[in-house]
Amino acid sequence: MTLTPIKLTPSQMAWRAAQDIADGAYVNLGIGFPEMVAKFQPPGREAIFHTENGILGFGEAPAPGAEDWDLINAGKKAVTLKPGTAFFHHADSFAMVRGGHLDVAILGAYEVAETGDLANWSTGPKGVPAVGGAMDLVHGAKQVAVLTDHVTKDGKPKLLQRCTLPLTGVACVTRIYSSLAVIDVDRGRFVLREKLASLSFDDLQALTGATLHLDGPVADLTVPEL
Amino acid sequence: MDKTLPDLATAVAGIDDGMTVMIGGFGGSGAPIELIHALIDRFVATGHPRDLTVVNNNAGNGHVGLAALIEAGMVRKLICSFPRSADPVVFTEAYRAGTIELELVPQGTLAERIRAGGAGIPAFYTPTSFGTDLAQGKPVAEFEGRSYVQERWLKADVALVKAHLGDRLGNLSYRMAGRNFNPLMCMAAARTIVQVSQLVEPGGIDPEAVVTPGIFVQGVVEVPNPAQEEDLNRAGAVYPEAAA
Repeated sequence: MTLTPIKLTPSQMAWRAAQDIADGAYVNLGIGFPEMVAKFQPPGREAIFHTENGILGFGEAPAPGAEDWDLINAGKKAVTLKPGTAFFHHADSFAMVRGGHLDVAILGAYEVAETGDLANWSTGPKGVPAVGGAMDLVHGAKQVAVLTDHVTKDGKPKLLQRCTLPLTGVACVTRIYSSLAVIDVDRGRFVLREKLASLSFDDLQALTGATLHLDGPVADLTVPEL
Repeated sequence: MDKTLPDLATAVAGIDDGMTVMIGGFGGSGAPIELIHALIDRFVATGHPRDLTVVNNNAGNGHVGLAALIEAGMVRKLICSFPRSADPVVFTEAYRAGTIELELVPQGTLAERIRAGGAGIPAFYTPTSFGTDLAQGKPVAEFEGRSYVQERWLKADVALVKAHLGDRLGNLSYRMAGRNFNPLMCMAAARTIVQVSQLVEPGGIDPEAVVTPGIFVQGVVEVPNPAQEEDLNRAGAVYPEAAA
């Protein structure tokens, strides 16, 4: 495997994903890196964030010592109230998820297949299995986006023809924000939309486990220093 | 009508060996810590109840609440979506030792199974888990060109629930995200026991703000200033203290 070229940081991936979230969108951000997307909302746009445990429109983390442990997000981290916050029970929360009411869900990934299959909940039979809301979140949101390093820590592709790990959902991912590129999943194909200017198409293809298709121009993936 | 109970020991008195017990909460928020600890007290004193099947989103954190219930050896099976936490050592060790059975259920499916149990709907179809290991052995059907997995209702003998305000008729309101699974579990159990942080007179909860109507509640016990699991864990608490 060739050396991985300069890649985006998780903050930069989150910034890029945030640019696609429209004013007024209802958005669920997965635990971990995707949570950072909320910080990078472009000025003038107001998205409403949903968390599985029953809050719409929550605010940022409180100052240390000011936590209220009845006011947490799905990652069990303390959040805050904002004008317009709404509480609801778990069945209503997942009605929002499966019922097609969310505009965007952004999740992490172990593997994504060109078919749109996602593996992000289990690395195999060892360890204690835990799924949380991941299998629900991949169904129902109008856009199911993935935020992920383009390759594993060992340099192996995470974007594949078929997933090798246990699936979270079948044919569910619509867009991938990777550390090297922005790729749509369209009718069983990876379609390249943006890539780092410092990276050639052939280099990117070599780091990808399935064919990258072209459908119109490929833009430079440009992000600020963060 | 008066559903109030004099104390926590009375509240947990009717829970027998082998029962299915739903316990509200998501992590520590909305978790009925005092009711759980009262159940552990009874077990320490009498050896019962044991062999419980517990339904909760998680599997406990640290050595208090649900984790303490597991650590005491009272739980035979856990039905949950996410048996991980900041400190999941109690469940993890029991699972690895084979002393506890795990039924892993996607979070939204868990919520809907409980809702269905309370609503008299024996089964339903959901897109969640289609094509995954968690759908193995379950009937699949196609509706309007998409595939869905059949899931069954979930009911319980007892639900242990935490609410904020409650009255003697069993009407409840909750506090912020402490609501979570609690209203669903109230509906799905034959006997729902609620710890409320404040007992109010009927009418003390605006009828527009009643989240759980009293018809779903059988017992109410007042626990002012309830402990938060997160605070207990940050203080390094262990329950019962004698086991430390």
